[in-house]
Amino acid sequence: MLEVRDLRISFRTEHGRVRAIDGVSFDVAESEILGVVGESGSGKTISLLAVMGLINDPNAVIEGSIKLRGRELIGLKASEMRKLRGREIAMIFQDPMTAMTPVYTIGWQIAEQIMVHERIGKKAALARAIDLLAEVNIPNPREAIERYPHQLSGGMRQRAVIAMALSCNPALLIADEPTTALDVTVQAQILDLIRKLRRVHKSAIVFITHDMGVIAETADRVMVMYSGRVVERGTKAEILLEPRHPYTKALLDSIPPLEGEKPRRLKSIPGSPPSLLDLPKGCSFGPRCPSRFDKCAEKPPLEGGAHAAACFLKAAP
Amino acid sequence: MLLALIRRFGQMIFVMFGISVLVFLIFFVTPGADPAARIAGRNASPETLEAVRKSFGFDQPVWVQYYTLMKKLFVTQDLTSFVNRGWKVVPAVIDTIPVTLSLVIGAAVLWVIFGLLVGLIAAATRGSWIDKSLMALGLIGCAMPVYWLGEVMNLITQSRYHDSWMFSWVPPLGYKPLTEDPKGWFLTLVIPWITLSILYIGLYGRVLRANLIEAMQEDYIRTARAKGLSETRIMLRHALRTSLISFVTLFGLDFGALVGGAALLTEVVFGLQGVGKLTYDALQNLDLPVIMTTVIYASFFVVLANALVDVVYILLDPRVRSA
Amino acid sequence: MSDAVASLRVSRGPWATALRRLSRDKAAMVCLAVFILIVIVSLLAPAYASWANTDPFRSTLDATVMIDGQEIPVMEQSTEGLGLGYTPIGPTWELGNYFLGADNQGRDVMARLLYGGRNSLLIAGASTVITILVATIIGLAAGFFGGVTDTILSRILDVLWAFPVYLLAISLSIVLIAHGIDLGLITLEAGSLWLPIFIIGIVYIPYIARPIRGQVLALRRSEFVLAAIGLGVPEHRILLRDILPNVSTTLIVFVPLMLAINMLTESALSFLSIGVQPPDASWGTIIQDGQGLLYTRPWVALAPGLAIALTVLVLNVLGDGLRDALDPRSKIRLGGD
Repeated sequence: MLEVRDLRISFRTEHGRVRAIDGVSFDVAESEILGVVGESGSGKTISLLAVMGLINDPNAVIEGSIKLRGRELIGLKASEMRKLRGREIAMIFQDPMTAMTPVYTIGWQIAEQIMVHERIGKKAALARAIDLLAEVNIPNPREAIERYPHQLSGGMRQRAVIAMALSCNPALLIADEPTTALDVTVQAQILDLIRKLRRVHKSAIVFITHDMGVIAETADRVMVMYSGRVVERGTKAEILLEPRHPYTKALLDSIPPLEGEKPRRLKSIPGSPPSLLDLPKGCSFGPRCPSRFDKCAEKPPLEGGAHAAACFLKAAP
Repeated sequence: MLLALIRRFGQMIFVMFGISVLVFLIFFVTPGADPAARIAGRNASPETLEAVRKSFGFDQPVWVQYYTLMKKLFVTQDLTSFVNRGWKVVPAVIDTIPVTLSLVIGAAVLWVIFGLLVGLIAAATRGSWIDKSLMALGLIGCAMPVYWLGEVMNLITQSRYHDSWMFSWVPPLGYKPLTEDPKGWFLTLVIPWITLSILYIGLYGRVLRANLIEAMQEDYIRTARAKGLSETRIMLRHALRTSLISFVTLFGLDFGALVGGAALLTEVVFGLQGVGKLTYDALQNLDLPVIMTTVIYASFFVVLANALVDVVYILLDPRVRSA
Repeated sequence: MSDAVASLRVSRGPWATALRRLSRDKAAMVCLAVFILIVIVSLLAPAYASWANTDPFRSTLDATVMIDGQEIPVMEQSTEGLGLGYTPIGPTWELGNYFLGADNQGRDVMARLLYGGRNSLLIAGASTVITILVATIIGLAAGFFGGVTDTILSRILDVLWAFPVYLLAISLSIVLIAHGIDLGLITLEAGSLWLPIFIIGIVYIPYIARPIRGQVLALRRSEFVLAAIGLGVPEHRILLRDILPNVSTTLIVFVPLMLAINMLTESALSFLSIGVQPPDASWGTIIQDGQGLLYTRPWVALAPGLAIALTVLVLNVLGDGLRDALDPRSKIRLGGD
């Protein structure tokens, strides 16, 4: 349902043109959960913001193709894009503390979204808001719609944000690290909730995270990003059990295993992600890669069909 | 919330007390000259000086003097001027209040409307030439001394271009009471309103623009965009609504300060017999009882206005309200 | 994104970065140049007066002036009404020769404008120094030591802050202006320039001291100060080495804004005849002198007002530029997180 082809995003800055996204392609099928993994600055958030049409920096240049159910989104008129946002594609952001306007009640903010997209009265919209809050397991939804964001706990607030995102039954839901800012126990509840909602609403979900553990619990398919490129993609089992790209392997090595003997020390990836201003020639993971060899001075293509990796080593692992 | 209100009220009473003590200290205890001589005005006769001493109890301990002054100001309200013998000051000050209120309220209406417009338009078109020219005009508006601008206005509307079609309607300087001559009231006040509001339009436009642009960087604006709201709606319902809190606070402070004396310069230039003009005339005569009265009453008004602003603030911001 | 962008920034010392940013701000640089020019021209006042051979502090009702080879009296007999009044000569637009005309005492307005500028700038500058010095001391003491010190200082600031600025300035001026003040150590004569300097310096103290106190309070609770206290670093050292440098950026941003506000306040007080006392001049007193001549010789009042507006304007732009240069929040922002 979502087809992204050769997406390239760059910014004109005082230091020259900075390429943030360099030829990213991916698909999302109907009611599928795609996990997008990568460190901060890998471009995972910004490529999905492009899908939302939410990069409104005047210095941004966006090229490539983004098709939602066959409809091209790049170059779409702002007013058309606005009609899609919130109705066809919804987004949940990382920090529920700041995600809602502080001076309006939860109910008002959910009803506002419904009323913008549908011909519906305020009373009916508020009634829907109550149903939605009940659906995301907020106790006493009738009272909750009268509450202001600051009166709810972080977990409750994130539920309210999710309820708002679901209010128009979007075909695609983009969740940008929705659990990162929350306590571990609350995280698990929110993940449960998202899985349940996928079953009920049949929405496709793009789940952005830096946490392989979260991926293991939620995703159907996984895409790993590094400095503005896709370095590996495949099914969850393929990525978790037979990773091909050294970066994916390194990410998996950096989480503690749930079973078996605990390693004495978790492995960390040496070095830090390269500056976008000064990307290395060839493979951008090259400088940090333990298995680097002379061929890595060239840019590796993403090859290998359904389970693809952008690494010259993949043929001989 | 009730506790917050009570605490705010207590603070207001404390500040009023502090101001009254400060005024007393400035006028009665400042070293340098005999306070009786100050209060009696220029070239006062020995009899007048003696009367002042007796009236304010300068032979008594300091705290009795303070008590006497406060009683004269607020209880018996019989403080008299010694420059204009026997003139009761407190009623005279109260009589001038409608003039000052007429001036400040009209100007406030203008500056709120145009301040909002300037701030919103500049924020919505930020970076464009519209934004830049509005901000440049705002800077110029903030930089001009208000009394000088008033003189320039008088020069244009009363003298140089008074005979042209543009300004022939401008009546001579002065004030006409609203109840006797509504049309005259309005016409005489139009130019003073514009003059006084220009400074504040510049100031409020700039402050609001900065607040709006800051608000537009907040996470909840991104959520609002993700909801599919129009930019106009985001600006008016989300960014403006949150910026309005500081706008209202600023407005309350400035409105209070203007009624409490800052409109003085405008009143002087346009010959409006308000509280400020009364103070000005007293300054020229060194008529201290009048100045003490206007200072105390006006400061109390400002303190009261500030307390009201805080109450409105509590009502406007749900975060403060439930705290 | 922000991490990626953060790594783009070349990190240098905060002051060097701020200076570099400020020097790239064209508007601020132009305004700085204009302000320096205004200061220099004002300082040249005595030179101008001696070159123009005029005494800007003495009434000269019977002086004459040569224009186009003709000798014309500076004070012309009024032709209107009974012909009893005098009208001073208007602008000749000839430098050194009643360029802006004369005021109602026959004094060269241009020369007085320069002397007035010198006083206005002096008062604005000196009162800014007083405000910032006293406010910093109060803010540091209240914020750092807390407890009773803080309570007392904060309550005094509350009262001063709530007292409307103009009313406080008027109260102080009217009491002091006629008789001066004698505090034992310091004696200020009536009519001294130091009276308006002190009055203006005092009334704005709470506007600086309150934010400084807040900032110091936050710094006092910050980890690096707590660590320094834990290590037994003496208090005065923490104040000077850790806290003062951190509040100094705030103080620097305040300087041009305070100069502008103080200049407006001085001119207003002088216009109300409770600031600079005759025969001394300031831009405010010249506007007042010009009030009576407004319809006949408008330039007497127009010129000093324009001078104030220009000076305040460039100071405000400079203040904006400084704030943008020193405020770490004003970095370039890109879309995304």
